[in-house]
Amino acid sequence: MHNLFIGELADRLAKRQISSVELTQHFLGRIERLNPALNAMITLTAKQALADAAAADARLSAGERGPLLGIPLIHKDIFCTDGVRTSCGSRMLDNFVAPYDATVVARLKAAGTVMLGKSNMDEFAMGSSNETSYYGPVKNPWDTAKVPGGSSGGSAAATAARLTPFATGTDTGGSIRQPAALTGVTGLKPTYGRVSRYGMIAFASSLDQAGVFARSAGDAAAVLQVMAGFDPRDSTSVDVPVPDYSKALGQPLKGMKIGLLREFFEGLEPRNAALLEDALNIYTGLGAETLQVSLPHLPLSVPTYYVVAPAECSSNLSRFDGVRYGYRCENPKDLMDLYKRSRGEGFGAEVKRRIMTGTYVLSAGYFDAYYLKAQKARRLITDDFRAAFDKVDLVIGPTTPTPAFDIGAKMDDPVLMYLNDIYTIGANLAGLPGVSVPCGFVEGLPMGLQLIGPHFAEAKLLNAAHQYQQATDWHTHAPRGYT
Amino acid sequence: MSDWEVVIGLEIHAQLATQSKIFSGSPTAYGAPPNTQADLVDLAYPGVLPVLNARAVQMAVKFGLAVDATVARRSVFARKNYFYPDLPKGYQISQYELPVVARGSLNIMLDDGAVKTVGITRAHLEEDAGKSLHEGLANASGIDLNRAGTPLLEIVSEPDMRSAKEAVAYMKKIHTLVRYLEICDGNMQEGSFRCDANVSVRPRGQEKFGTRAEIKNLNSFRFVEKAIQYEVARQVELIESGGKVVQETRLYDSDKDETRSMRSKEEANDYRYFPDPDLLPVEIDEPFIEAVRATLPELPDQKAARFARDFGLSAYDAGVLSASRELGAYFEAVVAGLSGAHAKLAANWVMGELSGALNRDSVDLEHSRVNPQQLTGLLKRIADETISGKIAKEVFEAMWSEGKSADDIIEAKGLRQITDVGAIERVIDAIIAANPKQLADYRSGKDKLFGFFVGQVQKATGGKANPAQLNELLKAKLGGGGNA
Repeated sequence: MHNLFIGELADRLAKRQISSVELTQHFLGRIERLNPALNAMITLTAKQALADAAAADARLSAGERGPLLGIPLIHKDIFCTDGVRTSCGSRMLDNFVAPYDATVVARLKAAGTVMLGKSNMDEFAMGSSNETSYYGPVKNPWDTAKVPGGSSGGSAAATAARLTPFATGTDTGGSIRQPAALTGVTGLKPTYGRVSRYGMIAFASSLDQAGVFARSAGDAAAVLQVMAGFDPRDSTSVDVPVPDYSKALGQPLKGMKIGLLREFFEGLEPRNAALLEDALNIYTGLGAETLQVSLPHLPLSVPTYYVVAPAECSSNLSRFDGVRYGYRCENPKDLMDLYKRSRGEGFGAEVKRRIMTGTYVLSAGYFDAYYLKAQKARRLITDDFRAAFDKVDLVIGPTTPTPAFDIGAKMDDPVLMYLNDIYTIGANLAGLPGVSVPCGFVEGLPMGLQLIGPHFAEAKLLNAAHQYQQATDWHTHAPRGYT
Repeated sequence: MSDWEVVIGLEIHAQLATQSKIFSGSPTAYGAPPNTQADLVDLAYPGVLPVLNARAVQMAVKFGLAVDATVARRSVFARKNYFYPDLPKGYQISQYELPVVARGSLNIMLDDGAVKTVGITRAHLEEDAGKSLHEGLANASGIDLNRAGTPLLEIVSEPDMRSAKEAVAYMKKIHTLVRYLEICDGNMQEGSFRCDANVSVRPRGQEKFGTRAEIKNLNSFRFVEKAIQYEVARQVELIESGGKVVQETRLYDSDKDETRSMRSKEEANDYRYFPDPDLLPVEIDEPFIEAVRATLPELPDQKAARFARDFGLSAYDAGVLSASRELGAYFEAVVAGLSGAHAKLAANWVMGELSGALNRDSVDLEHSRVNPQQLTGLLKRIADETISGKIAKEVFEAMWSEGKSADDIIEAKGLRQITDVGAIERVIDAIIAANPKQLADYRSGKDKLFGFFVGQVQKATGGKANPAQLNELLKAKLGGGGNA
């Protein structure tokens, strides 16, 4: 049952061959049995899930139908969930029970989904390996000595291990696409502004975007359909119509122009390059045309990102001060002591590192040299993409330079860790949609193929991913022990 | 002192009269129990986002148009970062590099009647912070976030003022303007209108500005005047005794009438301003501006000019009567019932007796016990000589306390002026007969005694003798003597 795609599950629910309660029990059972080895979850909401499943069954029995009605899911613990702890992977919010639902949560709830629990993540979404979580690292189901990627590592691992049909995630610099690649699932980061950020705890507001982990592009399309849309509570959400993503999946690729990003292919590890070569052959076989494109400023994306994102996070995380909610130190002796110890004890090392970096780049005397320069570089990178999309429909490249690495391997070297996101950050800086789909294995570990499209081209992107998955079966592989 | 020139610039914070806050849906009403007007956005809960209140932008644009400023087609909200418990997000959303209003000006009238133009550098939108409460809480501080997120328009002047009086005149003019525009209630006790004053001194003739001190949070015109006077004297004394003014923030203590150092430039926060990524730039187009322009009322200067032109008032009187929309409307309502020739009479009464009574009893115009129609009724009786100006004051007091019409009071109290020549002459004759010595003195050249006879007659008539007639008749009867 756990290997079925969302469409198949919805079909069985509609035919009343299974109930949502049975489905929910099945996945809760898998979580109970398999999650201890993975640590993918921070909070389980079994009781509420069964109640919600029963409510979904009642709606189904009353004749109501919906693509996600009665389907279980897991939310990344960055989304506020009314009455349920929302920790953001941090000691700072270990005791925080959100008093409201994020828009993403509310929309999926209204569609009849059933939340199984909240997934583990890098603290405040800052990390590429899920090792910065206050709740400990998540293990990769393909090899539990390896990281699942981050920051949405829990959602990725849970989806790969078939603990849920799908999961939500957020992507600030690759936090959906990179873990999707490293765990062999499909991960979609929509256009900035396509999905509301309201209720999603902010890391870097101009880069954060909610998205989805699923086992196919078709499943991702069904979920995005519910998540996408303008939200008056998020001024940066964009009021453009939401197309029918599932309907768009049938388009033939004949005549589609796919750009090979020169900067992505240069110096690529040979086995990674070979997988991409195979993928390109599939696409040409499907009628697409491939041509070289260049984004000359793309090499600036990692340094640019590590100025912009810390700058915004240093300000976004100021609200965690021990005054109104969250962690507060014991017996503060005065206000300054309250601030210093609450934040000193409540935040982990990576979060502190980024707050300090961000504070530095915004400081008087450094602002122009760092923040303003980074904004200029960001504009150049965006312009490069725009110029590329004048020539091609989509661009293609690897999602990550390497497969999943060992837990602990990069924790002592932040720069090495940051380079994990070298291929994913560009789309965030330019606000573009990107998807990572499984495209094969290196040393038994899954690798991802990344497609990036113009703003609001999710339909085209998902169709391209779907056509690839119609021609390949990489996305159907399950890790041993989780089949 | 006269060797020193004073340089003052003001930053005025006007709380905008919106129903809800600038970035949340919470109400802005004053005086509610602590933290009952703060929602998740005001409390800066994780995940919440600000949404700009369009009314606040309209109000800022309205102000910009009224001071002939440039309304920015694109302005940007920025974050001003600092930690304080009454600032829940750890940053204040303000405008920094690109304010919504820039480069305007305002005319103020000086004591000698001269008009001075004060430059307005900019006006920007921002949110207010909450309040820390230290009283009545044992060993703890409380925070009230009702005010957090209340929209403010910060109006920054050029350093164009040269005395405390000019600064007050400017502040009063802005106060008048924002109430005309109905964008701020101007209530200074509640903190809806307050200012920071940047004060420096320089040797007369020197072009370069002296080092300035910023006096924070002045919430009355009197405090602005006194704080600046104190600060100027302090700086001059300091420099003359060989010291140096340091750039710093100072607080005015109204109990002690002095300013005290709060923090120096070295201790100043580095606010790390940067554009707020949660808010899009504010794009304002021509139709929006024109729609706001269409809502502009007649402005104070326009009204004053019209009063001077149409009613023949002096610039000063016209200025006083246009100082608030309500007063101007009251005056116009009074004039409407009189012939144009009596506009000056109406002006004197509105500025004199009426304003005096309102001040004395601390009543605002809206709640005046004499309404414009009633005052017109009284002035008509002066105009048609039913009563004298002096008696009219008595009638006015009775109207104020009893709420009746002028005519009712005149009748009831028998205050009708005596205009019967025979009647007045009879009184004059009796007074002259009773005062032979004064008559002799007068006739021998003591002109001043004319007033004595006037007084005696009015005493005898209860002040009801028509003054002009009395003068004329008395002069004829007394004969000889004076040229009074």
